[in-house]
Amino acid sequence: MASTAELEKIVSQVRRDIVRMVHAVNSGHPGGSLGCTEYLVALYFETLKHNSANFSMNGIGEDLFFLSNGHISPVFYSVLAHSGYFPVKELATFRKLNTRLQGHPTTHEHLEGVRIASGSLGQGLSVAIGAALAKKLNNDKNIVYTLHGDGELQEGQIWEAAMYAAAKKVDNIISTVDMNGQQIDGSTDQVLPMGSLRAKFEAFGWDVLDLEKGNDIASVVATLNKAKEHTGKGKPVMILMKTEMGHGVDFMMGSHKWHGVAPNDEQLAQALNQNPETLGDY
Amino acid sequence: MKKYTYTEKKDTRSGFGAGLSELGKSNPNVVALCADLTGSLKMDAFAKEHPDRFFQIGIAEANMIGIAAGLTIGGKIPFTGTFANFSTGRVYDQIRQSVAYSGKNVKICASHAGLTLGEDGATHQILEDLGLMKMLPGMVVINPCDYNQTKAATIAIADYDGPVYLRFGRPTVPNFTPADQKFEIGKAVMLNEGTDVSIFATGHLVWKAIEAGEQLAAAGISAEIINIHTVKPLDFSAVLNSAKKTRCVVTAEEHQMNGGLGDSIAQLLARELPTPVEMVAVNDSFGESGTPDQLMTKYGLDAVNIVEAVKKVMKRK
Repeated sequence: MASTAELEKIVSQVRRDIVRMVHAVNSGHPGGSLGCTEYLVALYFETLKHNSANFSMNGIGEDLFFLSNGHISPVFYSVLAHSGYFPVKELATFRKLNTRLQGHPTTHEHLEGVRIASGSLGQGLSVAIGAALAKKLNNDKNIVYTLHGDGELQEGQIWEAAMYAAAKKVDNIISTVDMNGQQIDGSTDQVLPMGSLRAKFEAFGWDVLDLEKGNDIASVVATLNKAKEHTGKGKPVMILMKTEMGHGVDFMMGSHKWHGVAPNDEQLAQALNQNPETLGDY
Repeated sequence: MKKYTYTEKKDTRSGFGAGLSELGKSNPNVVALCADLTGSLKMDAFAKEHPDRFFQIGIAEANMIGIAAGLTIGGKIPFTGTFANFSTGRVYDQIRQSVAYSGKNVKICASHAGLTLGEDGATHQILEDLGLMKMLPGMVVINPCDYNQTKAATIAIADYDGPVYLRFGRPTVPNFTPADQKFEIGKAVMLNEGTDVSIFATGHLVWKAIEAGEQLAAAGISAEIINIHTVKPLDFSAVLNSAKKTRCVVTAEEHQMNGGLGDSIAQLLARELPTPVEMVAVNDSFGESGTPDQLMTKYGLDAVNIVEAVKKVMKRK
């Protein structure tokens, strides 16, 4: 078990990677990536039972993670690299020609740690349910995790999948929604208010947990641990995780404006100042 | 003209159901998913024999494609079943991202393709599915001609590692291919050797091409008839060798002219061996309600239309 201080070190380095990656190619999605840094660090360095040194597509005997909101690829790539799936220095190729680190994650370039392409929103929950059903058929007791954006829940396929998972008792799945309240055109309340997500998922038959402090690593770890205890009881498990878009970089925080915009040189320097180098920059 | 006979007419969808049932017994990794059309797809036998490996998804095709993609990650070989319209157009982005781009071993099995779905009308009669699917990089597209061939194709695709679109239909059609004929993906089947014209047909139009061949033979025209059960990858050498010999080509399919088999063959010939081509296909139109036979006649997909196309293309040599 990693200490909170150790996890926070990783968080700081991952945030540096994110802003450096998007700055280098003047494109990519820093806002959601920064907001989900604690979640992904907690998941990969504390929660997941996984074998990063020997990546296998079928993941039999391991926990699996599916990133459904694929645009937050910078945080995903950084966490995968620091977990040992591929060399950290490969982060420098993000979004460049011939890279395995495509703008949105893909299996197409055989990047270790990625098991499905995502980017077109709303598809990851269905895929995760399929993987969870395969685990049941294989008598594999491990858990399947997913992450979704809150804006992503506007896609209809999410609700097809939500209905199915509950109806068919797919109880080896823990989904998390990143409730940063922002999407490209503005706040989710401005674009399409979604009402109570707790009420919606409960009505669909999910076991719903709240995570109020999604940018507090200890809270994330504790909630993921708690969620694990809720699996195997006949219901899929949902974590509604409140985060702040752009967390950790003050001028990016809480605004939809940094959803898909890269910092300039000066802004990069500011962002790096706020997130000290802990594990070494790529 | 080689004589083709059949003892009974059977629906190609039943060939799929029989093949799936056989796979269920022989391959424990095969799983099946259906979106509330188990009876129509003839998946009942598999569902009954292997309830643990059968997933009733409900009317949620997008979710079905995603779940199928996920099942491959645990080493399963999923066969999805619904109508061709709901297997393709409705879920194109799900297939594109979660199956084709992700390189997942999903078999998308589609019944009630084309006009021969009949009375339900144009909402259900997809005539664009071959085109939609063949455009996806890496997607194999198969459109067998009868019960036996559909059964053999169903069994064969389980051994191929990669995404496949398998298209079949609702009506009963002559079951004439040998029950023991091995199905080879991408290998066209020579039905009749001829010298005057090449007829490349797929799916339900294969039998109509045979009927046309008999009429042409009676009129002194020697037609080479080739069954293109795999639209993609297209059997380039079968097409080129035949076209080189006969120097004119007719294609026949229950599909839009845009994007269909004729398109693929014309593209190949334009690049490698410019040859006159006539296409028997639906010409930029939706279907409508009617019996399958009435519709095939109204939209010009009968043997007589193939005969006319042959006469026309031979004058263009």
